Amino acid sequence: MRTVIFRTIAPYLAALMVLFSIFVLLRGHNEPGGGFIGGLIAASALAIFGIACGVASVRRAIVFHPMSISGFGLFIGALAGVLSFFKNQAFMTSQWLIFDLFDVEIALSTPLVFDIGVYLVVVGAIGSIALALEEREAD
Amino acid sequence: MAGSSVSVDYAEAMITTPIAAGDWLIVAPSLITMVGGALCLMLRKNTDLQPKLGVFLLGLLVLASLGLLIRVLDQGVITMVMGNWLPPFGIAVTADPLGATLTFIGSVVAFCAGVFAMQTVSSSGRRYGFYPFLLLLMTGVCGSFLTADVFNLYVWFEVLLISSYGLLILGNERIQLDGAVKYGVLNLVGTNLFLIATGLLYGIFGTLNMADIAVKVDALDNPASGALATVAALYFLAFAMKAAAFPVNFWLPASYHTPNIVVSAVFAGLLTKVGVYALIRIFVLILPASLEYMADVIGIVAIATLITGALGALAQSEIRRLLGYLVIAGIGSMLAGLAIASSGTQATLAISGAIFYAVHSIIVMTALYMAAGIMGMMGSSFNLRELGGLYHKSVAFAGVFLVLAFAVSGLPPFSGFWPKVMLVDAAFQGGRFWLGAAILVSGFLTTLAMGRVWIYAFWRGGPEGTADGQSVDVTGAAEGQLSSGALWLPLGVLTALVIYFGLQPEWMIELATQGASSVVDPFGYIRSVLGEQG
Repeated sequence: MRTVIFRTIAPYLAALMVLFSIFVLLRGHNEPGGGFIGGLIAASALAIFGIACGVASVRRAIVFHPMSISGFGLFIGALAGVLSFFKNQAFMTSQWLIFDLFDVEIALSTPLVFDIGVYLVVVGAIGSIALALEEREAD
Repeated sequence: MAGSSVSVDYAEAMITTPIAAGDWLIVAPSLITMVGGALCLMLRKNTDLQPKLGVFLLGLLVLASLGLLIRVLDQGVITMVMGNWLPPFGIAVTADPLGATLTFIGSVVAFCAGVFAMQTVSSSGRRYGFYPFLLLLMTGVCGSFLTADVFNLYVWFEVLLISSYGLLILGNERIQLDGAVKYGVLNLVGTNLFLIATGLLYGIFGTLNMADIAVKVDALDNPASGALATVAALYFLAFAMKAAAFPVNFWLPASYHTPNIVVSAVFAGLLTKVGVYALIRIFVLILPASLEYMADVIGIVAIATLITGALGALAQSEIRRLLGYLVIAGIGSMLAGLAIASSGTQATLAISGAIFYAVHSIIVMTALYMAAGIMGMMGSSFNLRELGGLYHKSVAFAGVFLVLAFAVSGLPPFSGFWPKVMLVDAAFQGGRFWLGAAILVSGFLTTLAMGRVWIYAFWRGGPEGTADGQSVDVTGAAEGQLSSGALWLPLGVLTALVIYFGLQPEWMIELATQGASSVVDPFGYIRSVLGEQG
């Protein structure tokens, strides 16, 4: 698989896929998309980058160990539901913060934080499996 | 959605009354372990911090579940619906005395296991995530005990299964992978059956909220129809696999002796009981009519489980496998309670016997596996043929083991005695003499099996081949390792509980009776979930 064409194009392709995965993640609340599918796209970006340029460079690029990324996702995902405690509402009741920034309505919410958590869990878990498998192949 | 200009009547779909801060105790057990597990996962490279953080979080879990139990006993069944949506559409999490009691006892056992693991889990085991897995396992266990939604129950089952796979292969030895494959395949089949049954149930009623289903089943003209019978049979098979009932019990002795001893202890204490809990919840709360016509099948399975478990224990010479068979025999007692509960009049007594037995079994099986771990460290073997002379090594430990052996056999004055009295009493009153007899015979065989362990490992002078009257000094782990408080403290706490429930059973009988009545007569449960309309 390590052809010149693939190795040249892979980093750009991976970057595009990560960008697209974030787009899919952010449009997820009311339209098709969301954390899970976004996470899968980002994890396949890691996998492609790993096939082309080696697992070591992927690990360098994402800085943290994939399982730690997963852990962080679970952490913020679970904590996103706790905010409603301070408003005397049940666990996981969504909280919204809506404001205008340069004439654009920005809607920040706890479901968004939860979705980002799901995204990170999926990137971490699937990425971890993919990288482990690619490493095994190189042996 | 917020932010739109259309005015929306939120009261149609959402709960608008404020939630009391104390009700957050319902989600606290799962939340603490999930957030804590994630934190531990991120910090898993720091192997010195892991045990401290893990034990601290498990301590918090014990406090939270104690608070929950106190609140439930004080205020009755309490419910919180996720996201403030109105039930049955929102996922309800409900704490009744049954769920709260098991959550509390389970947390205590997990805390003890966390302390025990400080000594027995190596730093490589910590780096591969022993504490995150233990915490996430408890997320699943507590979630299962507290959810009021059938599909949510399935999700918590998956959470605890995935964590248990991780714990099972911690250490990556060949024998562990072999055990994990057997465990994994059977549990995969079991959870798939669970999922299929849940799909059918949803197809019939259009709801997965347990209280809502209970109301709808109650309103049916023919609650024993073919479709519901299929669902009931599938659920019974799925949870019987999970609980390791005969004839789908082979995976338990094949896998429970392979992992680290503290992992075996947690599994033996908690996992099979979650299956029994699910059986009680599904059959007594939502499908009571199905329980009536399945009672004979459940009774036969219970008798077979009781006898094969005890006979299997007699036939083993590997202590951990022997204890695995005793777990199975205990499951038989709880299933017997379920079978007796079908007769109506004895339902509360039988189910409270089963709940008390579950509590007893959680504590005593965990303690016995811990004791087996210490025996293995003292004698450098888990095989009865190679063990011996442990009495000379530690008289106090021999005494502790004897207490646990009496308790697991159901002899007074320890915790196993009272639930057996309740179950046998209910069996004889309900006219199911065979079940009562099977419980007694199984108890007798268990006494023999445990007596055998005591005589071989403790009483005789040394391993096989030592002449009578002589004593051989067995070589074991270093003194420093064995004198660690992390080994003795959890074992001591669990043994103290065994003795306490044996001498002062009133408190636990009261709790178990309350737990049983909340499922046998689910009025309070249904009203708590569905509100006044229920």
